[in-house]
Amino acid sequence: MLDLKHISKTFNLGTINAKTAISGLSLHLDAGDFATIIGSNGAGKSTLFNAIAGAFYVDEGSISLDGKDITFLPEYRRSHFIGRLFQDPLKGTAPSMTIEENMALAYLRSSKGASPFSRISKKDKVFFREQLSLLDMGLEDRMKQPVGLLSGGQRQALTLLMATMVPPKLLLLDEHTAALDPGTAGKVLQLTREITARERITCLMITHNMKQALELGSRTLLMADGGIVLDVSGEKRAHLTVEDLLARFKAGTGRELDNDRILLST
Amino acid sequence: MLYISQTALELGFLYALAAMALFLSYRILDIADLTTDGCFVLGSAVSVTLAASGHPILAIPAAMTAGMAAGFVTAFLQTKLGVPSILAGIVTNMGLYTMNLMVMGWSANASLLKSETIFTLFEETGIGGSWNEAVLAAAATLLTGILLILFLGTRLGLSIRATGDNMDMVRASSINPAFTITVGLCIANAMTALSGAMVGQYQNAADINGGTGIVVIGLACLIIGETILGRRTLIKGAMAAIAGSVIYRLIYAVVLYTKIMPVQALRLVTAVIVALAIAFPSIKNWILFEKRKAATRKGGN
Repeated sequence: MLDLKHISKTFNLGTINAKTAISGLSLHLDAGDFATIIGSNGAGKSTLFNAIAGAFYVDEGSISLDGKDITFLPEYRRSHFIGRLFQDPLKGTAPSMTIEENMALAYLRSSKGASPFSRISKKDKVFFREQLSLLDMGLEDRMKQPVGLLSGGQRQALTLLMATMVPPKLLLLDEHTAALDPGTAGKVLQLTREITARERITCLMITHNMKQALELGSRTLLMADGGIVLDVSGEKRAHLTVEDLLARFKAGTGRELDNDRILLST
Repeated sequence: MLYISQTALELGFLYALAAMALFLSYRILDIADLTTDGCFVLGSAVSVTLAASGHPILAIPAAMTAGMAAGFVTAFLQTKLGVPSILAGIVTNMGLYTMNLMVMGWSANASLLKSETIFTLFEETGIGGSWNEAVLAAAATLLTGILLILFLGTRLGLSIRATGDNMDMVRASSINPAFTITVGLCIANAMTALSGAMVGQYQNAADINGGTGIVVIGLACLIIGETILGRRTLIKGAMAAIAGSVIYRLIYAVVLYTKIMPVQALRLVTAVIVALAIAFPSIKNWILFEKRKAATRKGGN
């Protein structure tokens, strides 16, 4: 499904500030895989997501998705089949546009070939309403309201819905519940579970919560210094505890896992 | 006085097209498009030159196409060549000065002597009686406004609005911001050129300096209109551009008629209005902060 082959990315190449964020990273995901990623600050987790989503092109290596080489495909073309959620719930929606208009934008992905001058149809509205009611937040009755009036949690739930309404081939979740209060975070996480399971979406999720990293999904990746240092799944993963994970990290890199947020939330 | 207010109404509607263009570029796309001044002159130069050679109706779409091309240059500079958006507008504007002279046959102005214009043609139909010019101006502006609002509800229109509203979201969705910015600026400049084209034929003349300050005046109109109507919805925003423009021209007419201040002073007043309106949130914050400090001092802690 997703195939990363020896990708590398160095920022500020050729200057005194050159920093290699990813070096020779390879990763293969099968269709329907749900992998969680943890790692210290600056391990290259977000850079990896940016590379897959196409925010920049990698210096070396190749990226292919569903058998198609996307290494040099620009970001907006990749987003036809890659959905993405950020930590900041404000990043995924347009505040001064209504819920309905935001959903119509997300729905654009599915409508290849539709006229750019077509408008939101009655049928679209019914579909949006149906989808919104799945969130169980009462948003289906507020479709004409600007998104700016919603809370952070509601906006993140809406973004999740928008990213998965037309099921993407790959969903990238970058600590998408980290900025929410515990209650809302739980709700959004529950929705994430339901939606990815229902649509069998291949998913990569960065988290700073070790327990979550081991419980959610089917595979756990541990990143350090721009590479993947641990990759567990199946039986082995089922028996892994948070303490094991910390120990494995130390054995692999010779350091303690130094993500301040990880220590606070375990 | 009636004559003056009638003229004000006509000019208000004609210049409202430029204010509406700024509504699209400044409010919706969040780009201060400084191509506007030169583009307005480009519109009037193309329109007057073509009308002088006997094509007053063809002059209008021709002027709009020219404006669109100017918008495209500005958009190309900022989306493909990485020129900062304000600078891109200034650079295009500079180049347009020469282009405008060229359009008018290397002369600083062009005039229509006894040639037909869209206004004389419309007068012959007898619609609107002695108000025919106002009727034509209002019809053109309202039609453009309606088309603009309808367009902004389409898929492409929604994408353009999202581009100005949340760049992060646009990058992560399947919208190409370079494309939406280009389309948006092309449409905005076509509207500015339409404004110039209509004003040119209305005044039977085009002047190389006729566009000076259009950008600031347009913003002032927008702000005046928004103060009255608010800007919550798209329809209110577009209406604000029209209402503000008419009000501005009425104020202009009153100043001209009553001579309460020299007409030349109006530009300074306009500049101050725009600066104050845009600075309003900062000023408000500063006052709140000073109040907070004063309260602390009084409380002695």
